[in-house]
Amino acid sequence: MKAKIHVMLKQGILDPQGKAVEQALIALGFRNAANVRIGKYMELDLDEQDRARAEAEVKSMCEQLLANPIIEEYRFDLA
Amino acid sequence: MNLGVVVFPGSNCDRDCQYVFRDILGQDVTMVWHKERSVAGLDAIVLPGGFSYGDYLRTGAIARFSPVMAAVKEFAEEGGIVLGICNGFQILLEAGLLPGAMLRNESLHFVCRDVCITVDNAATPFTCLCEPGQVLTIPIAHADGSYYADPVTVASLKANAQIVFRYCMPDGRVTREANPNGSLENIAGICNAAGNVLGMMPHPERCAESLLGHQDGRVILASLVESLVHQRLRKQELLSQLP
Repeated sequence: MKAKIHVMLKQGILDPQGKAVEQALIALGFRNAANVRIGKYMELDLDEQDRARAEAEVKSMCEQLLANPIIEEYRFDLA
Repeated sequence: MNLGVVVFPGSNCDRDCQYVFRDILGQDVTMVWHKERSVAGLDAIVLPGGFSYGDYLRTGAIARFSPVMAAVKEFAEEGGIVLGICNGFQILLEAGLLPGAMLRNESLHFVCRDVCITVDNAATPFTCLCEPGQVLTIPIAHADGSYYADPVTVASLKANAQIVFRYCMPDGRVTREANPNGSLENIAGICNAAGNVLGMMPHPERCAESLLGHQDGRVILASLVESLVHQRLRKQELLSQLP
């Protein structure tokens, strides 16, 4: 199975990178752009056929290492 | 005293720490490679600054899994004195030895300059030679130094006097202007509830002798040594009282 994982700063936590990119977009003329937030995307292969077990495993990976639950939230897809 | 300085792949302030403790403060220093599994025989442990594991994923996130960190954790839980400077602070946060997390600097810039910090708690093993409210000038050099914790954690840090250093103006006023990175409450350094683990973003080892411009950092590292001497004397006293 392949896991596709997104890690984002939690809502409400200032994302200075997102803000800087937002200002750059506006400077380029994209005046409709707002609330830019920057996160991380990760992929990994998992040697596990059972969906429930795979989900539990990726969740545990996210909580222990891939995301810092104090400042970040995560979501993932399995395929 | 025998101080251990942990060396991770990518540490770059380890030799500065070694130099100050050994050559300026006259202590024994053991360099501890991150693959060591024991810290036996050490009186205190320093996690130095640098870019351990290239700051991959998040600062300190990978270093936390180094074999030596299990021993450091045990050492800290038994009351051993642990000092984390800059990247060392970030590692202590990721390892859960201190509460909170580090965010990218509000300015997005890597900030490398002298800053003023005020000693909010002069009763820790790292500040026992300082005066309460003393202003120290110490350099910072980081891109991820904006301290963050949820409001409950910040309230408990305040209630337990765990905020040890805050960024301030040269006259000691803690203002937004004095904050170089957007850190909550201008936090520059915090300790754990027991007081034996300290993380700080400024680099005291970079300003511990007048040759380097100023030596305000020396009082922090000398406090640590002084605390170890007291700790040993207390232990000897207790032992001598045993029948």
